[in-house]
Amino acid sequence: MTQIAEPGERAAPGFAGTAAERRPRTRRKFNIQSILGTTPMIATAVGVFIICIIFSIIWSFTNSKLFPNFNFIGLQQYERLWRTDRWIISVQNLFVFGVLSLGVSMVFGYLLAVFMDQRIKQEDLFRSIFLYPFAMSLVVTGLVWQWMFDPNLGIQSAVRQLGWTNFEFAPLVKQETALYGLVLGGLWNGVGVTMAIMLAGLRGVDSEIWKAAKVDGIPTWKTYLFIVLPMMKGAIATAFILQCTGVVKVFDIVIAMTQGGPGVSTQMPAVYVIQHITDRVNVGQGMAAATMMLVPVMVLIAVQYLLRWNANRKAGRA
Amino acid sequence: MTTSVSIKDLSLNFGNVKVLESLDLEVAQGEFIVLLGPSGCGKSTLLNCIAGLLDVSDGQIFISGKNVTWDEPKDRGIGMVFQSYALYPQMTVEKNLSFGLRVARMPKAEIEARVKRASEILQIEPLLQRKPVELSGGQRQRVAIGRALVRDVDVFLFDEPLSNLDAKLRNDLRIEIKRLHARLKNTMIYVTHDQIEAMTLADRIAIMKNGVIQQLADPHTIYNKPVNLFVAGFIGSPSMNFIKGDLSGTTLSVDGQANIPLGNYQFANQTNGASILGIRPEHIAVGEEAKKMPVQMESEIEIVEPMGADTVAWTKIAGQSLTFRAAAEVHLEPGQKVLIGFDPGRGSVFNAASGNRI
Amino acid sequence: MTTEAISSGLSAGALSGPRGPKPKSLTIGRIGVYAFLILSALFFLMPLWVMIVTSLKTMPEIREGHLFNWPALLTFDPWLKAWDTACTGRDCNGLKPGFWNSVKITALSVPVSIVIAMINGYALSFWKYKGSEFLFGVLVFGAFVPYQVVIYPLIIGLSKVGLFATLPGIVIVHTIFGMPILTLLYRNFFASLPIELFKAGRVDGAGFWGIFFRIMLPMSVPITIVAIILQVTGIWNDFLFGTVFAGRENMPMTVQLNNIVTTTTGIREYNVNMAATILTAAVPLVVYFISGKWFVRGIAAGAVKG
Repeated sequence: MTQIAEPGERAAPGFAGTAAERRPRTRRKFNIQSILGTTPMIATAVGVFIICIIFSIIWSFTNSKLFPNFNFIGLQQYERLWRTDRWIISVQNLFVFGVLSLGVSMVFGYLLAVFMDQRIKQEDLFRSIFLYPFAMSLVVTGLVWQWMFDPNLGIQSAVRQLGWTNFEFAPLVKQETALYGLVLGGLWNGVGVTMAIMLAGLRGVDSEIWKAAKVDGIPTWKTYLFIVLPMMKGAIATAFILQCTGVVKVFDIVIAMTQGGPGVSTQMPAVYVIQHITDRVNVGQGMAAATMMLVPVMVLIAVQYLLRWNANRKAGRA
Repeated sequence: MTTSVSIKDLSLNFGNVKVLESLDLEVAQGEFIVLLGPSGCGKSTLLNCIAGLLDVSDGQIFISGKNVTWDEPKDRGIGMVFQSYALYPQMTVEKNLSFGLRVARMPKAEIEARVKRASEILQIEPLLQRKPVELSGGQRQRVAIGRALVRDVDVFLFDEPLSNLDAKLRNDLRIEIKRLHARLKNTMIYVTHDQIEAMTLADRIAIMKNGVIQQLADPHTIYNKPVNLFVAGFIGSPSMNFIKGDLSGTTLSVDGQANIPLGNYQFANQTNGASILGIRPEHIAVGEEAKKMPVQMESEIEIVEPMGADTVAWTKIAGQSLTFRAAAEVHLEPGQKVLIGFDPGRGSVFNAASGNRI
Repeated sequence: MTTEAISSGLSAGALSGPRGPKPKSLTIGRIGVYAFLILSALFFLMPLWVMIVTSLKTMPEIREGHLFNWPALLTFDPWLKAWDTACTGRDCNGLKPGFWNSVKITALSVPVSIVIAMINGYALSFWKYKGSEFLFGVLVFGAFVPYQVVIYPLIIGLSKVGLFATLPGIVIVHTIFGMPILTLLYRNFFASLPIELFKAGRVDGAGFWGIFFRIMLPMSVPITIVAIILQVTGIWNDFLFGTVFAGRENMPMTVQLNNIVTTTTGIREYNVNMAATILTAAVPLVVYFISGKWFVRGIAAGAVKG
């Protein structure tokens, strides 16, 4: 039987080979349609994500004010940028905001997912509750929390009326705490997403792993921490990247909640750029700041490439 | 013979669905029991109940004389091997083997000794520092068995352990499990849907359908004396021929066209009426051999399937299709008229209404 | 029959010890799980509750400061005012114009961006050409680029062709910035389809558009629902592009909301502000509650990287 079948099988790849050789020619004829169909993509990729970025970088080396010009002044805009307290504080703020938001969001999101994973009867209800803030815009989020943080009429006063007269909870009025108020608002908006992604990751873990851990007598919390968590690299990376891009772009919530204040205590790079190209009419400075914002993204992409390259190398060795 | 695992009146419902129904099973110390059945018959569910991974709805489970019905899996004195291996992916083989023991705070020396012994038995010592992704399927399953081994338990549970392996590896590892059983003499309960695994490994096979054990017996009895039509049809490949007819006394009349005398068939519970005669294809003789058989008839070959070692042919008697297995040397071709014969004494007769052996 | 007899005989002798399901007691762990979830739920629900009760209170009652209390005197005036007469600077037309602007922007941007992304994904999966993979790489890169890096040259570019601060202008901007994620979504979807489907179409003599309209389009309904959810909520909730590109005439609801709330003229009417906030959040919230699990799928799909 097998001997009879073999020549036929051997013939098949040969046939496929000739078909593959022929395919490109017929394809090229239709590629015109493909190129025409994707004109908007070509325009966007080249026109926006390449040319616009190049222009931003070029203008960052000029003394453009209200309108862009091409009077090159070298690195002066960057030197000025890194001498400006407002910018340095923005970067520091972004760093603190990013580390706090990411850290708390990942830990709280994973905890929520783990607790949701305990055969909760009202799982859908809880999921809806944890996730609905994400459906609302960050402007809405910012305005609601601004109202809740109101020192005279918000949470602080409500609790004080209960007899707790020394209670203090109005982070937005103080320079030292305003950033934490911003973090809290952002978390309220986005933790549900981390939870949803993590929960999907938890559900994706082979159920037999759980059985094996139970037979081995490993306590549930240890299973979650030492066995399941390391198996969820995909979900963790997804949630992390989603949060990261959100953090770098943080703009709406700052405008709605604090406008960067009090003082410059919640100033952010994204706000800095927009302010310099709209209110402050200093395009060159704004573009230098924008170019700086590109740096962390580039680093992130480079790291990813490095990791992938490393993984490929490892796979090749094994 | 002492009892190792004893299941009494066990039931399990998921909502209104009855998965297991008042099931009883006694497994002797050192016995190799295979739970065999089609998917959805409840065999894996039963194994999970024994392991304590599923809560039972009713009934009791005893392991080594101890009532473990409410005990945690780790306290039941069992080790378990899974279909997907279920190795902890980020741990080395050694860590995989020892993780449970370390969590249980066993002395280091003892852990090392057990890991050493298990890896010797399974010949996985060179793999101890590797991670599961760097192992082949067969190696992974060895490690999974090792994880059960280090627990030093009386009862091993296998949940379709070879189903994810290719045919060749499956054969190799099957032999190895048999060797392991011969060496360790532990009680083993093994779930599979593969009848060859069941026949080759088991001391006794429990054939299940719809959450009920149909027949519990040694492979020889299961094969030769199936208790009902389901068991008869499930075991054997190609499957048993069923000839429908009407039984009166010791004669089966097939559609009035043919009368088959059941002469030396030993009835356990003779009942006249609609009946089915079951004859295995390998118990039907052809040509010269057929002339020695108590029942003989002429028939025309329809299809011939050469299998290499032997040949399976399809024919019809009294309008009902019949397959038989002939030696590869016998020349058969479609349209050919041949004499076939069989001994009803080697067959099985079932009541058509109840499906039970009579 | 015989097994039953044996079993009853055995179980009669062995009816000692536990039997049946393990009794489930409400353990401390279980209580802890629910306590954690309920406390978390309260944290997430609190702002919604505060928004609703504040929007139904009169200003004197708000000044008493009982933030969480249900209004003693129920009033719907703040809602009417927020919709119809609330002021931003000198304009006192409420949120109404912003709402209709957002409807216009969303209704145009969603189909345009989705159709383009669908064709992109289709071409990238089945009709690769020289450089198409590079273009896709650039798009994926674009998904991670902070908008601030491209905004200013885009403003200049759109002004040059007279589209800055116009309705088509803002639609183009939404199409551009929605393209990376949506293209990724569709490319992954089409790549997951069996290639035989495409080959069968070719054998039947269909070309680029024939296969697209007759085979691929009807199959991409589920993924398109995900894309619609993603885009409707995304575009409705946009603030940055609305501020920069829409201009005064087409100012979307989010921008107008922010202007109403942060307007410095007159006394701050918190009840009107909260009513306006709820009104702005209403559309995406409705989408969210109707779409349910699709919404989660959309986020996950949007987050998956190539």
